[in-house]
Formats: sequence, structure tokens, C-alpha cells
Amino acid sequence: MALKTEEMILNMGPQHPSTHGVLRLELQLEGELIVNIIPHIGYLHRCFEKHAEAMTYPQVIPYTDRMDYLASMYNEFGYALAVEKLAGIEVPERVEYIRVIMGELQRIASHLVAIGTYGADIGAFTPFLFCFRDREKILSLFEMTCGARLLYNYIWIGGVSHDLHPDFLRLTKEFIDYFRPKIKELNDLLSYNKIFIERTANVGILPLDVAINYGITGPMLRASGMKWDLRKDDPYSVYDKFDYDIPVGDGRMGTVGDSWDRYFVRVLEMEESLKIIEQAIANIPEGDVTSAIPKRVKPPVGQVYSRVENPRGELGYFIMSNGTPNPLRIKVRGPSFVNLAVINELCKNLLVADVITILGSIDIVLGEVDR
Amino acid sequence: MKSTEEIFNLLKDKFGDAVIELKVDQPVESYIVINPLEIDKVCKFLFDNEELKFDNLMNLSGVDDDNEKKEKDENGNEKIIGRTLSVYYHLESTSLRHKLTLKVSTLIENPEVCSVYEIWKCADWHEREAYDLIGIKFLNHPDLRRILMPYDWEAGYPLRKDYKNPEFYQGMKVPY
Repeated sequence: MALKTEEMILNMGPQHPSTHGVLRLELQLEGELIVNIIPHIGYLHRCFEKHAEAMTYPQVIPYTDRMDYLASMYNEFGYALAVEKLAGIEVPERVEYIRVIMGELQRIASHLVAIGTYGADIGAFTPFLFCFRDREKILSLFEMTCGARLLYNYIWIGGVSHDLHPDFLRLTKEFIDYFRPKIKELNDLLSYNKIFIERTANVGILPLDVAINYGITGPMLRASGMKWDLRKDDPYSVYDKFDYDIPVGDGRMGTVGDSWDRYFVRVLEMEESLKIIEQAIANIPEGDVTSAIPKRVKPPVGQVYSRVENPRGELGYFIMSNGTPNPLRIKVRGPSFVNLAVINELCKNLLVADVITILGSIDIVLGEVDR
Repeated sequence: MKSTEEIFNLLKDKFGDAVIELKVDQPVESYIVINPLEIDKVCKFLFDNEELKFDNLMNLSGVDDDNEKKEKDENGNEKIIGRTLSVYYHLESTSLRHKLTLKVSTLIENPEVCSVYEIWKCADWHEREAYDLIGIKFLNHPDLRRILMPYDWEAGYPLRKDYKNPEFYQGMKVPY
């Protein structure tokens, strides 16, 4: 006589340390195997898009900070580029260089959180502390520049709010020299750790065609083996002046596109970001950083879709103007929002413990998923 | 690599009246206006065609155009007409490196647009968001539920220009 079995529903979240915020995953289980995952989002919905319609264009910038709060600089960067494109504003070259330096420092800071918390999810707590210790140094550089450690309001339409602190370039150089050996330390501690590899390699393999169809971008897409980075493939700002590589996943520990690849692409990217910062510091021109900031921003009637390579992928701003100082519509295409949608595909027929591995490797920020 | 004009001519030959017009007088990017009930066929063609290969849907955004006009009928009563909701599609080909913007517009009284979920899975959550916040109904979408707002939100669609917050939600006072 066969035993009667039925599916079990298990709620993971909204309050769960491994969901990195308030996310509820409804797991449908057959024993311990995942049949289906239904993500429920919206717990952190703060109506960014509705707020933005009541603001003038420059007033929106502090709100963009609060979407992806681990990569605030890059959110401002993307927004400023989109409005400048629509309104036809040219910015001085020094501003472009400052933005690139800030953006790449932010990428390292954001990847450090992703890597650290990923280790902590899987049970390696020490790398988490190491990563946060190094991230603090970057946050101190930001604090020196604009007074804030997390939500900056630094990159404005047409410029940046302040010029760099006189010591900034020297301290950033010191940081680069300090941080390079730390990446090796991190690799020895976590990346090539046997237990870590056993937990992550060959888990949650994302084939390339599925990734493109789901609109996956950023480190996740590159881990699946595609050399696709908007800094190279759709260049903006002054990224075309620097020499750096785009790391892609190669399945070194298992299969191309598994969780370990997604993790390791981020580690390699930090090193490339260091290269960009080094070159930007060496070539940064003199100039006035506030000269191109317009008194009133009033773009012509029309729409623009502008995108940048945020630490998590393609951050797109769709802005519609009706010729007034307030935007008619701003829609944000957040990389976390799009990347999270593939989780059901990745987790099918795996164990509950693997959901945590996979969710961590997607690296979502709920502030951006829900906006 | 094809320009928007070339793609427009290609689509016009293939679909005729379903392809409405090409808007070129734009500050940044020109776009093609398509019939909302044929958008899925047009997208399928853009996805499959060997010379176009639009394999990536970058973004899909719903918009309340806020373009109503007042008109007097024969009895002298004022009527508000012509208000539309739109959806913008930003497509890209990762292999051929070209981009395209499509637009569909539908009257607010019956906002129905065909879903492109079958072509790009990525459209799933974007369409749910447009439904949730603007109230555009995507035909043939497998799971059209609210996504950011609570599932039992009954006060309408927040990103419409005439949206008013309800006084109470589940017995809780909303304006604070």
C-alpha cells in the first residue's frame, strides 16, 4: 500500500536573515525538494515613482539614493545621466572622472557586502567581518567627500555637489594599495575554501539563453558566460578611456553559471574596479565641478531610456517629460527586480538549503526590488 | 544593425495597419506606435526574424499620459474624452547591437494590451507592475496579480494622475 503524500507549503520570510530584507518566498515542497517558489514582494514599497512625479528633477536625487541603498552613488549617477541626456546638458570632464571614481568605489563597497553576507549565509562568518572592515574605509572616503556614509545626494544634474577633498586622491591611492592584498586574503579564506565550494559549485545553474530571456544582467549574466557589460557594450560617461577587463564565469569549480561563478565574478570585478580607479586618479583633469549645474531643469517634451551598469546589473531610468519642471513619469528598471524573477527557474528540484545559496548569489537589495 | 526607420518599413510591409506610425520629432529617441491588440505578433516577429533578433526586453513601462480633452456634446454638456494609457517597450538585440522603442496606447475606459510574456519571460513582473500601478490589463498574461501593492488593495491604481488615497485600508487609517 502506497503512503499518501501531499505538497507542503513553507513560508520563508518576510523576516528571515537570508532574504536580505523583507521578502517572502512561498516554497511548495515535495518532501525536501522544491516544486515551486512564489516570491511575494512589495513589503518595502515606498512609492518612489509616485513621489518623483510631485518633485522637480533635482529634488528626485535623494529619493534615488534610497532605492538600492548599497549602491546609492550609482543610482544618482544613472539618474543624472538620464536627465542630462533628455535635457541636453554637457558636464565638465572633471565631473565625469569624479563620477567614475565614486561609482567604482561604490561597486567595490557593494560587492564587499554581497560577498560578505553570502559567506555569512553559508556559514562562514569571518569573511563577513573582513569585508565590512574594508567597506568602512570606502565609506569613510565618501564621508570625507560629501558628509554622508550611505545616502549621499552627491552627484547632481550637471555636476557634483562639492569638489573633492584635498586629501581624497592620496587616501584613495592608499586604499588601493591596502585593498589589493586583501582580495587575495579573501580568496584564500573563502573563494577556494573546500566547504564553500561544496555548497555553491554546481548549485543553481543558470543557462545563458534562459538568462537573456529573463532579462538578467550584471554579474549574474556574466557568470553564465556572456561578456556583456554596459560600461563596454553601451559606453557612457568616460568609461571608454580606461583599460580593464570584463570577467566572466568559466565553470572553474563546477558548471558555467553556477552559484560559485556568480560569487567569483564579483571578486574579480573588484580588482577591475581598482584598475579603473587607479587610471582615473592618474588622469583626472582640473576644473570647476559646479559650473554646469543648471538653475532650473526643464527638459523638452519627450522621453528617454538611459541605462548604466550598476553593481547588480542594468539600472535603467525611463523618464517622460511634459515640458514642466516636474517629470510626468519616472520608471526605474532595477536590476534586483528583474534578477529576482528568475529564482523559481533556478531552484526547481533542489533542496531548501540551496534556496539560501541561490538567493544569496543573486544579490538582491529589497529597497530596489520594491522601490 | 538596423535603424528605427528601416525596422519601421519592414514592419509596415509585414503588418500593414497594425503598425500605426513612426515618431521621429523626439529629443532623444524616435519610436514606433503599434496597435495594442497586435503587439504580441509584432514582437514575435521582431524576436524571430534573423535580421532583427531582438532577444532582450530591457524595460517595459506603463504610463498614464494625462492627455484628456474636454469636449461639449450637442446638449452643451462637458465630456472628458481621449485620455490614454500607454506602454513603452525598450528592446535590444545582444547579438546585432541595435535598439528599438515601441509604444502602444489604449483608451483608459478599456485599457487592454496583449501580453508579450510568451516571448520574453522578463515581461512577467514588468507587466504585473504596470497592471498594479497604472491598471493596464495584459491579455493572455498567465498570472496578472498585483505585485507591489497589497493583493487586496481596492482603491485603484496609484500611478494614475487622478488617484486618491482611500481613507481606510483594512480598518487602518491611511493618511497619517
